[in-house]
Amino acid sequence: MAIPGQKQLTSMDEFLEGIWKQNPVFVMVLGLCPALAVTVSAVNALAMGAATTFVLLGSALLVSLMRNVIPKEVRIATYIVIIATFVTIVDYLIAAISLELYEALGAFIQLIVVNCIILGRAEAHASKHAPGRAVINALGMGLGFTIGLFALGSVREIFGAGTLFGVPLFGPDFQPWVVMVLPPGGFFVLGAWLLLFNWWRNRKPAASEPANVVREASHG
Amino acid sequence: MTQPLRLELRTAPHVAKGNSVERIMFHVVLALLPICAFAVWQYGLSALALIITVTATCLLTERLFNRLSGTASTLSDWSATITGLLLALTLPPSFPLWMGVVAGFAAIALGKALFGGIGYNVFNPALVGRAFVQAAFPVAITTWVPAYFPSRFSEFIPTTLTMPLMTPPDIGAWVKGHMVDGFTGATPLARWKFENQVAEFGDMLSGVAAASVGETSALIVLVCGLYLAVRRFLDWRIPVAILGSAVLVALLFHLLEPGRYPPPYFVLLSGGLVLGAVFMATDMATSPVTPLGVWIYGILIGVTTVMIRYFGGLTEGIMYAILLGNALTPLIDQVTQPRVFGAGKGKKA
Repeated sequence: MAIPGQKQLTSMDEFLEGIWKQNPVFVMVLGLCPALAVTVSAVNALAMGAATTFVLLGSALLVSLMRNVIPKEVRIATYIVIIATFVTIVDYLIAAISLELYEALGAFIQLIVVNCIILGRAEAHASKHAPGRAVINALGMGLGFTIGLFALGSVREIFGAGTLFGVPLFGPDFQPWVVMVLPPGGFFVLGAWLLLFNWWRNRKPAASEPANVVREASHG
Repeated sequence: MTQPLRLELRTAPHVAKGNSVERIMFHVVLALLPICAFAVWQYGLSALALIITVTATCLLTERLFNRLSGTASTLSDWSATITGLLLALTLPPSFPLWMGVVAGFAAIALGKALFGGIGYNVFNPALVGRAFVQAAFPVAITTWVPAYFPSRFSEFIPTTLTMPLMTPPDIGAWVKGHMVDGFTGATPLARWKFENQVAEFGDMLSGVAAASVGETSALIVLVCGLYLAVRRFLDWRIPVAILGSAVLVALLFHLLEPGRYPPPYFVLLSGGLVLGAVFMATDMATSPVTPLGVWIYGILIGVTTVMIRYFGGLTEGIMYAILLGNALTPLIDQVTQPRVFGAGKGKKA
């Protein structure tokens, strides 16, 4: 199957792609709605990441299995139905496990259905690859998204409440930065992380030259 | 046409030394110094420490971003110094120093460096810094102390030296122990808004009331601004438009309902209206360049300030009014482009 001259992606590459090279939050800047809205605490961020990963895995597997059956003309609608099924499952699951968490995440659990990472993966990857590959890729993407959310959520919780996973870090006198738990705080923290990553990548321009080309292409 | 002409044409004015960014900025710093000195006279050590800390943070942040972006140092153009001084002047004197550091960093990093440095910033950096700490620490930024408390040169206000990241202590008891009678811990604006009390004209002109570090005396700010306007380092139309429109709107409301709305002098002299109008709204990078645009910009800020004060949730509106004006500046410039002489009126250029 390998095209001559092109490097065959190993399973590990496929897995790491979502975590680092094509990280949904820091490189592709996708799924910003939940990334900004629910990341006021580390726990919320991890829960949102886990829920999204579950939906990604389930939909990748099912789309990949049915990739030869789905007619091209209605594929998007079919993907959405598949994704919505898993979102419904996750919705009930979270409500059953922790009602408190369910209320904290609010409408954003149901909104996973329109998360462009999931539809994008179904369209760009799962529908063109065998189930094993699709699941590995989806797992990497899900983990990458979770890491991104956690990076936002932990910083916002540390500054906004002085805690991490609810554990106070600075003692009782800590002065919370109110802005960090407000919507602008989400943008500030996301911007700061993007700045950091871009600066880090551009530090060694020679090494990242080919990677940049790929990235440009994937944006379009 | 192809032959090089050895003729040098220069337009007037034929001055020996042109204005440079450094020169203008240096004079703005000079004009700010009397205000800072007066603030230190009023609030003592705490104000001095705050001004130094915030300015130093701005300079260090500027240098840090110079290093990160690999460009030459821009400290010598004085603009970061101005940002630091102005920012410090808009903070309450009891503001903890560590929060001052946060404000200074936010001002330069968010307000200036990210846009590309001097001349590229969309918003006034000092106000970006203040808006950030206003959103982050709403209690600390509305905690006031009276001016001229007796021990101001021998001790800090207790909140000044709060440990980094910690909540400043409550200074209610400290203020009572040190205080002139009848101080309620509120600015004239807050007292008007919540208790419907209008401060005395003389007190406000000379700066006896509680306020931010550099906002107490409208008179001294006006004198410093006048110096800059006479030297043509700021566009006099902007402060005139802001103050004039604010006074007119205030007069209108006062005539309609004198019991409810304060007299115009109160609107003019309270809060940071004069400081903002003279030193912040006139930032060259963030205000319009067309003659008509400058008037629109000024009137917009003046009217918005009064509207926020009268009908908004906050007591002071000048900060958000100027930031709004900054945001609209490119648009104002675009719609007020003067018609090219000789070009048809209806035709598109």
